[in-house]
Amino acid sequence: MANTYTLIASSTVSSGGATSIDFTSIPSTYTDLIIKISARADAGQFAELIFNGSTTGYSNIRIEGDGSTAYSNSRSDDLIQFLNGTSTTANTFGNAEIYIPNYTSSNYKSFSQDFVAENNATSTTVSLWAGLWSNTAAITSISLDPQGTAKFVQYSTAYLYGVKNA
Amino acid sequence: MPNPTRIEINCTTGVESIIELTDAEVAQMETDAAAYAVVEAERVAAAEALAALKASAKAKLVAGTPLTEEEAATLVI
Repeated sequence: MANTYTLIASSTVSSGGATSIDFTSIPSTYTDLIIKISARADAGQFAELIFNGSTTGYSNIRIEGDGSTAYSNSRSDDLIQFLNGTSTTANTFGNAEIYIPNYTSSNYKSFSQDFVAENNATSTTVSLWAGLWSNTAAITSISLDPQGTAKFVQYSTAYLYGVKNA
Repeated sequence: MPNPTRIEINCTTGVESIIELTDAEVAQMETDAAAYAVVEAERVAAAEALAALKASAKAKLVAGTPLTEEEAATLVI
């Protein structure tokens, strides 16, 4: 059971937008990592979660609901959903927490995520994701990258926390 | 017009940098976006086709009419 929870770094996107938020040189002194993100992109609805600059070896499954329809899917790429795209109410942001246990181990890296899209309408989206990066390297960098040529809009924020179990 | 920028935070030093993408990085991003659009369109089309087959199979089952082999395959695990 985790008994520490330390902010490692954070960032807020400024007026020009940003194609990605990249956490580099992540210390190896924690047990797990947590990313908390509130974000909106100027296009699309998915984003890449990239470890160590590698865009291969990813897979994930998700369940999703919008109040009327339940949905389940699997993917074999690095795209997940942690932001609002242009299909949601203007100036609203999607919120997500990504948990990455044992990020320095020599096993493949799993992660989980919960997401909800803020939307000033009767319908919104909530989803749970389970992902795997089939790579044994310790995670030293994490990039949050809206899909394609999309950019994070101003006031999108990302926080990286380290968790220790002792 | 300047290229778009990305944010890089060095978690050891705490230094945040705003870095303009190179022309090569912009070109690669556009290539990746185009490739993703093709793959995603194929995935959506396949999902829609499967949903249509399932709907057709269900309607035929209710009506008591024969299913095609393709429709039956959507019902058998």
